[in-house]
Amino acid sequence: MARQVFVLVGTRKGAFVLESDAARRSWQLRGPFCETWPTNHVVADPASGTLYAGGGNEWFGPAVWKSTDLGASWTHSSQGLAYEAGQDPVKSVWSLAVAGDGTLYAGVEPAGLFRSTDGGESWTHLDGLQKHPSRPEWSPGGAGLILHSLVLDPADPKKIWVGISAAGVFASEDGGLTWEARNRGTRADFMPEGQNYPEFGQCVHCLVMAPGGRGRLYQQNHCGMYRSDDGGRSWESIEKGLPSSFGFPAAVHPRDPDGLYLIPLNGDIKGRFMPEGNAAVWRTGDAGASWQAQRTGLPQGGAYFNALRQAMATDTLEPAGVYFGSNAGGLYASNDEGATWDCLAPHLPTITSVETLVLER
Amino acid sequence: MGAQGPGTASEAAPAPVLVHLPPHLVVLFPGADRLVPLEAASVAEMVDGLDALWPGMRERICDETPAIRRHINVFVGGRRARLTTPLAPGADVFVITAISGG
Repeated sequence: MARQVFVLVGTRKGAFVLESDAARRSWQLRGPFCETWPTNHVVADPASGTLYAGGGNEWFGPAVWKSTDLGASWTHSSQGLAYEAGQDPVKSVWSLAVAGDGTLYAGVEPAGLFRSTDGGESWTHLDGLQKHPSRPEWSPGGAGLILHSLVLDPADPKKIWVGISAAGVFASEDGGLTWEARNRGTRADFMPEGQNYPEFGQCVHCLVMAPGGRGRLYQQNHCGMYRSDDGGRSWESIEKGLPSSFGFPAAVHPRDPDGLYLIPLNGDIKGRFMPEGNAAVWRTGDAGASWQAQRTGLPQGGAYFNALRQAMATDTLEPAGVYFGSNAGGLYASNDEGATWDCLAPHLPTITSVETLVLER
Repeated sequence: MGAQGPGTASEAAPAPVLVHLPPHLVVLFPGADRLVPLEAASVAEMVDGLDALWPGMRERICDETPAIRRHINVFVGGRRARLTTPLAPGADVFVITAISGG
């Protein structure tokens, strides 16, 4: 048995899969898949190896694609992936998550949550989010009113967290029936002075759960980076020591709950580039108390790209691999926890998501 | 039904409409054809017929409004049709995707 590592890449023009052995020095690129549909998120069920890709096509609407042969062939479905007649139609799928029992969740635009218990063949709307009292007041962020972050508690299938731009973080402890806003301590700098800590309306960019089962979450927000040690009920800023408070993706270390990777950009009104045109991933090993730039092997000078909100991931190997994709189509990887970097594919379409899968084969 | 049925032969066995599908729709459904003869008296019935042949094709052509998707045009007799547009026997129906950039 040998371990194979797969990097699953969503792009504006289809899904791609890269494959390597555990050394992660030599990669094979396959794709584009999903008929070059705009693909917002590609994930894997680690138990079965099934791949799922969520997206939406301007012509044909939203769909979740599925491959049971690691990308060689794909089918698609959106049966039930729709709101009630007369509602604003579902435009695209933004985020996917697979629970331990294979249940599949999909976050969509306009913001809502769907569940599939038959491997993505059919979908049921979990309409609890639409019934939240704040729902009529949600207003879209720059990318639309999107449910882009979907976090499942590996120990309790009834616990779900979602990130919605620009409505904030919401959590359910009853499998999606009822929800509460969990944004205390996160800023909304774009609100009038004195109203910068509302109950909801924060522009969350990415929400991730730390390993270890202690309810620790991290989030990259439009206005700062944060850690929560109580399942999102309260948030503490961890942006001190970083070059800006603005960025999109966040990725946790696979085993260390204090390990987090972020990609701070030069700010939200300055082009949203790598600071000074120098690419770097910033790592903390102490839960955000201190930060180190990791840039060896990344483009230095002239790197006027960014990394989008779902475009960074780690793998589960030792040492952990770290991967991110840029809006300019470059896919970058580290096989040593971010200490050194290589470009795996320089010229993909705009990269919207990066995830990993490790299989024993 | 032929000569034994009520009415004229053409009423008893209406000429089907001929549906012209775009290539990037057909590619989503293995076995689907670009030209599809169907018996349908309206665009909505045509969509029913396509979905019966290739389950899931309805969701690609229509949203949950329900309406033909915003960037898809269905043309009948040179005019843009809606789901309620009637189809005459023998009509050519063109399902066309809008021009898209990027």
